Amino acid sequence: MKPTDINDPEYFHKVVDCQYACPAHTPVPEYIRLIAAERYSDAYMLNWQSNLFPGILGRTCDRPCEPACRRVRVEEEPVAICRLKRVAADNKGDITDRLPVIPKKKNGKRIALIGAGPASLTVARGLAPLGYTLDIYDNQFAGGGMMRSQIPSFRLPIGVLDEEVNYILDMGMTTTFNIEIDSLKEILNKGYDAVFVGTGAPRGKGLNLPGLEDAMANVYLGIDWLASVAFEHTESIGRRVLVLGGGNTAMDCCRTSRRMGGEDVRVVVRSPFADMKASPWEKEDAMHEGIPFYNNHVPKEFVVEDGKLQGMTFEKVEAEYDENGKRSLVPTGEDLVFMAADDVLMAIGQENSFPWIERDLGIEFDKWDMPVLDEVTFQSTNEKVFFGGDAAFGPENIITAVAHGHQAAISIDLFCRGEAVTNRLSPEIRQGSQKMGMHEWSYDNAVETDQRYIVPLAPLDKTLKDRKLEVELGFDQSTGYKEAERCLNCDVQTVFDDVRCIECDACVDICPTDCISFIANGKEDELRTRLVAPANNLAQDLYVSEVLPTVRVMVKDEDVCLHCGLCAERCPTAAWDMQKFLYNVSKAGQAV
Amino acid sequence: MSYQIPKFRHPDLPVNELGYTKADYEGAISTLCAGCGHDSISGAIVKACHELSLEPHKIAKLSGIGCSSKSPAYFLRNSHGFNSVHGRMPSVVTGAAMANRDLLYLGISGDGDTASIGMGQFAHVVRRALNMVYIVMNNGCYGLTKGQDSATSDRGSASKKGDPNLFNSIDLCSMALQLGATFVARSFSGDKEQLVPLIKAAMTHRGFALIDVVSPCVTFNNNPGSTKSYKYVREHAEASGTIDFVPIMQEITTSYHAGTTQEVTMHDGSVIHLHKVSESPDPFDRRSAMVALEDHRADGSILTGLIYMDKNSRDLHDMLETSQRPLNELEEVDLCPGNRMLENINASLR
Ligand SMILES: Cc1cc2nc3c(=O)[nH]c(=O)nc-3n(C[C@H](O)[C@H](O)[C@H](O)COP(=O)(O)OP(=O)(O)OC[C@H]3O[C@@H](n4cnc5c(N)ncnc54)[C@H](O)[C@@H]3O)c2cc1C
Ligand SMILES: Cc1ncc(C[n+]2csc(CCOP(=O)(O)OP(=O)(O)O)c2C)c(N)n1
Ligand code: SF4
Ligand code: SF4
Ligand code: SF4
Ligand SMILES: [Mg+2]
Repeated sequence: MKPTDINDPEYFHKVVDCQYACPAHTPVPEYIRLIAAERYSDAYMLNWQSNLFPGILGRTCDRPCEPACRRVRVEEEPVAICRLKRVAADNKGDITDRLPVIPKKKNGKRIALIGAGPASLTVARGLAPLGYTLDIYDNQFAGGGMMRSQIPSFRLPIGVLDEEVNYILDMGMTTTFNIEIDSLKEILNKGYDAVFVGTGAPRGKGLNLPGLEDAMANVYLGIDWLASVAFEHTESIGRRVLVLGGGNTAMDCCRTSRRMGGEDVRVVVRSPFADMKASPWEKEDAMHEGIPFYNNHVPKEFVVEDGKLQGMTFEKVEAEYDENGKRSLVPTGEDLVFMAADDVLMAIGQENSFPWIERDLGIEFDKWDMPVLDEVTFQSTNEKVFFGGDAAFGPENIITAVAHGHQAAISIDLFCRGEAVTNRLSPEIRQGSQKMGMHEWSYDNAVETDQRYIVPLAPLDKTLKDRKLEVELGFDQSTGYKEAERCLNCDVQTVFDDVRCIECDACVDICPTDCISFIANGKEDELRTRLVAPANNLAQDLYVSEVLPTVRVMVKDEDVCLHCGLCAERCPTAAWDMQKFLYNVSKAGQAV
Repeated sequence: MSYQIPKFRHPDLPVNELGYTKADYEGAISTLCAGCGHDSISGAIVKACHELSLEPHKIAKLSGIGCSSKSPAYFLRNSHGFNSVHGRMPSVVTGAAMANRDLLYLGISGDGDTASIGMGQFAHVVRRALNMVYIVMNNGCYGLTKGQDSATSDRGSASKKGDPNLFNSIDLCSMALQLGATFVARSFSGDKEQLVPLIKAAMTHRGFALIDVVSPCVTFNNNPGSTKSYKYVREHAEASGTIDFVPIMQEITTSYHAGTTQEVTMHDGSVIHLHKVSESPDPFDRRSAMVALEDHRADGSILTGLIYMDKNSRDLHDMLETSQRPLNELEEVDLCPGNRMLENINASLR
């Protein structure tokens, strides 16, 4: 193998598994250390720079970082990264004076933002401090998009939502709420320098089954129903409720139903339990509230008598997988199952819909009727129009919308300054040794073996009675500290200097997880088999040095390195150093 | 400064026949200087014991005084240990080995502990053919007491203090051969590929096995001018050949060129393969081994690898024809034949 180029910022970035997996590349270990140091406001602001909604995301994030967390490769559970973010948000002080200063004098460029969800809000946060004049349009009565209309208050209290949405809306912009934009042409005709489309994926999918027409009065699209609960148009639901679907929307529907009068609430899913789309923790939360899942049941018919919905029938199936792992649901041949119901919520997915975008504006749409976009710049084929969030590539989640928003803001700024939108800055890197003395590090390098701490919950009898009462209580400060200590500091990198190495093997001998080998070089796949311990995780890189005096190379398998610093402590010549590597995605307006 | 090794281990660590991973043979975190050769030898011992599937509680590690003699704390956490007096490890092993012949005795010593204060004890434990593995972690100095030249320091070699050593050095391998050792090897802490199979072979050898391991003291004797530095040893080591160790019962899959390879069956049935480099000495011929040591000494190189092995070795228990059952398991009934027997004996003498 060739020597690893550790000056390529992506090499060490990839070692920080959580940050790498986070769509917005939040510097996770850095904020976790700040939490451990009880510097909550600092931890909050570090988050805010990356993901804008630490309080919201600390409760609701889809947390792609957690399955990626290094900890799952050496023990059972990842660091509770998401809930630690909430610890920062819950314990911070007043941070308003740390928010960007908005120039009084504007730069003369006007931008329209359609939709006021997390994607548009992130674009606004990027552009407002640069002096842009921003007009936001949204068909809801307040900002936040689906964070307001969909995510139930028992998961995300309104106060937390309002606070973080308002930090942005207060940056001096014109908001027009309760307005349905029905023509992009009209917006463009207002002479905006650029338009950002952040209208999400607002259309719920339905199931057109026999009996639907007669049952219509008691059948709802999940996301529409959740919105009408959030906006207090709906006050109650029937005693017996069937929720169709196995994703997160279904989980929110069933849990909300339990709080709106539903007593016999069932989730009915086509797929087996393990294949359900909902996040594991959302499933757990629903089950904790006593909601049964009926898996392997395919809905067949709405049963209506005397013009009134009586229930539904389902066909029982079994999942079979072919050799490629492709699943088919095969009927078992048993009798159809009837389940009685007063109301049915269909939570089987959402789609995009752009009826309000005229097709003669130079914006190309693909065969799925989605805008054709550049995946880096989010620019459409009409150079003035940018997309982001769920509107760009279909429904995702808040943190993805934020990540898109940051990139779109960079593009819009470049575009308005007459520069090529592809002319983007590389990430900002700060790297420095953590050495403080002979064997002293400025980070806490001891590796804790504590199991993941469980977030305490409010009592069920209270939460099921009050739709707005938050279920999770969050970690208190001392539990937050203990959970923070579980983090392995993956951003403190092991940096090897071949010139200093005397090949004494001390690092090889001490490394608890056998990451380091001194060995004859070879091709990667063959080299992987010869290391001190097998290096079977191909997703993790090998760090290869220059050739050493004994004609061997140092090969470090990054896979299960604990970042404990022992290799550096045991190195007599400081050929190993522990260096903190801070990677910040560039933001709009950063000096070129 | 870390006081503990993290508990987490590589999830795919190989397990041996007993179901143990290498981690089950480790010890406490080392307090030796970073980069000390002794730590690598500890690592090699861990590896050898794991690969041999030894039961940790069937091993006793004993040592004298010195950095080297401290190192048993850093491996084989679950084995018996005795950190004895300076230079007196051999007599403690002798007592233990006589009382319980069922344990594997691993003596760890330094060049000071062996070649200075412990010289007398060393000579006699070799001569008595105690069934043990005797590892000298040889750094040419008294590391623990701040690096004074030891008796194995070569004449002219200078430690960090700078003054060349005026005296001739003691070569422990030559001495052991002279005194009748039946397994003599030399190695280098920085060469585990050579050291691990040597330790394994020594552990399966019946009788006295010496491994003199050059083990640089990074703090006091790893400077230019020292003949026990990493750099010097790497440049001057000459291997007598390489050996592979094939544990008992395991199929021999590698094929070797006839003529250059010799197969030797050890006492317990395991096999070692010796791959000789051309003109390397014959390790089964004591005289040839002695000549080879002398030749290398004369041309300033360090002969490493298996230097001598007696295929028909016997140990002290064999010579004394002691009971096969360990002495410490014999009860009063075994040792005292009883009154009736005494009367019979007395009667026969009347
Ligand atoms: C039930 C449910 C629960 C969810 N839970 C989570 C969760 O826990 N965590 C998570 O990360 N994600 C969750 N999501 C997904 C997340 O809400 C979205 O991915 C995210 O809000 C998308 O952000 P966005 O800015 O792209 O669009 P949106 O948040 O959808 O915002 C778009 C805004 O534009 C408005 N709009 C649309 N069309 C027009 C128009 N023509 N004129 C004017 N206004 C318009 C919409 O009303 C909306 O206010 C959930 C989604 C649902 C449905
Ligand atoms: C009876 C006695 N005499 C002297 C000492 C002082 N002393 C301690 S360690 C040591 C030398 C150790 O040298 P070596 O065996 O080579 O070990 P190293 O530290 O080099 O590994 C000496 C002389 C002692 N502890 N006890
Ligand atoms: S251990 Fe810490 S830094 Fe490493 S992936 Fe997990 S949360 Fe991130
Ligand atoms: S920091 Fe060094 S010693 Fe610790 S696990 Fe990583 S490579 Fe091994
Ligand atoms: S003084 Fe020398 S022998 Fe002792 S621990 Fe330090 S390096 Fe090793
Ligand atoms: Mg010594």
